[in-house]
Amino acid sequence: MYTEKVLDHFQNPRNMGEIENYNGMGMVGNAKCGDIMQMFIRVNDEGIIEDVGFKTFGCGAAVATSSMATEMIKGKSVDEALQLSNAAVVEALEGLPPVKIHCSVLAEEAVKAAVDDYHKRMEEKKEQEQKEN
Amino acid sequence: MKRVYLDNAATTKLIPEVLSEMMPYMTDIYGNPSSPHYFGQQAGMAVDKARLRVASAINAEPGEIIFTSGGSEADNTAIRGIAERYSKRGKHIITTAVEHHAVLHTCQLLEKQGYEVTYLPVDEYGMVTADQVREAMRSDTVLVTIMFANNEVGTIMPIAEIGKLCRERGVFFHTDAVQAVGHVAIDVKAMNIDMLSMSAHKFHGPKGVGALYVRKGIIVPALIVGGAQERNRRAGTENVPGIVGMGKAIELACEDLDEKGKKMAALRDKLIREIPRLIPEVKLNGHPTTRLPNNVNFSIKYIEGESILLMLDLNGIAASSGSACTSGSLDPSHVLLAMGLTHEVAHGSLRMTLSDETTEEDIDYVLEVLPKVAERLRKMSPLYHG
Repeated sequence: MYTEKVLDHFQNPRNMGEIENYNGMGMVGNAKCGDIMQMFIRVNDEGIIEDVGFKTFGCGAAVATSSMATEMIKGKSVDEALQLSNAAVVEALEGLPPVKIHCSVLAEEAVKAAVDDYHKRMEEKKEQEQKEN
Repeated sequence: MKRVYLDNAATTKLIPEVLSEMMPYMTDIYGNPSSPHYFGQQAGMAVDKARLRVASAINAEPGEIIFTSGGSEADNTAIRGIAERYSKRGKHIITTAVEHHAVLHTCQLLEKQGYEVTYLPVDEYGMVTADQVREAMRSDTVLVTIMFANNEVGTIMPIAEIGKLCRERGVFFHTDAVQAVGHVAIDVKAMNIDMLSMSAHKFHGPKGVGALYVRKGIIVPALIVGGAQERNRRAGTENVPGIVGMGKAIELACEDLDEKGKKMAALRDKLIREIPRLIPEVKLNGHPTTRLPNNVNFSIKYIEGESILLMLDLNGIAASSGSACTSGSLDPSHVLLAMGLTHEVAHGSLRMTLSDETTEEDIDYVLEVLPKVAERLRKMSPLYHG
């Protein structure tokens, strides 16, 4: 039912766990449908995602798509990360069963949520700095 | 790799003795039981022998057994048959919220045809009481259909009490006993059961064959028409090898039923005792004692069922889950939700169902692997802060 690649990412998830000093965090999904993904990113001053981590409550596909998504955005700029599509994640995993496609959508949403949170934090920081000046 | 099969509620291994009894009916004795010649009569005698064996196993008469393609067909035949034949008596059916879909979806189909169905709620253990059935009964109640034992959590319903009540009220009583036959003693006469569904592959028989017991005097019209087989109650050339296999399998299953049950229950109880000791924050699903001797069902909080199954499978252990991800829908098991579990906890359910071939070594292996799997997945879970 799952490709070798999916099973590999499920068994050996990349970038699993909360990272230190993250400046963007997104959590999507809900327990009702059985998938929750949490994504942590640390973006440097150049806008590059230096480090990324994830935590997932969900099925094998949910774990594998989150793991793959972290690999695909690590070292990329936040703008590039926003371009990540669920289809690209599925392709990188060499396919997912049709009923599991929603997991890849969740991975895409988790990345977007983390980047949005990063932007929000940057705005707040800027406002804070302006106030102080 | 060591392999441990703990999904016997899904299906069981065909016993070699059963297969060897079936073999001649796939090769040499290939006649059609409806044919009057030697070839046909040989096959017909084998079907009769199997019918007697199946009937004896539940204290019924051979004429009360209709062979079907399995448990689902038996459920459909019983429920739709009663609805069709006895609709003048009333159009109200009582069932429970935790039935197998073969019963639930059949009831839903009848609702579209003007029937009213009461879905009795269950308690936290998945149990209904005879009192609940009594309170739900109306003057137009025609049928009560309640499973003998639940396929997911193993809870055994008070069938004899419900049977007695239905008989007193003159209401037909059907029970889906697919998970119970061959595991617990069943006496349709003593328990006042009017109709009972069973499936051969749940007790080490072949797939594709089952039976419906219909008490003498009750008329259940054929679901499948087009021939006089099974005394006009189920058309189609008999699945002779399957029926022969079912007869042998039920005979073997009912030999030393108590002894095998006790052996399985001891291993079941070891899992029930040890899992909470080894893994914090787990919940036993189903009744603690009034449950099938081979059923263990736990929710492991903060993690999801399919991940557990996948990781167990990578370690050679085959089990099952009520998680949505294993059903192809977004909702977890209707049984666990009916028992009051939250979605999150229902998604983390793990069902392990033993057979009489399950060994203590198998159980110890599970107790070694499962805590590691739970720990690993919990580390990954955003819900766990342990």
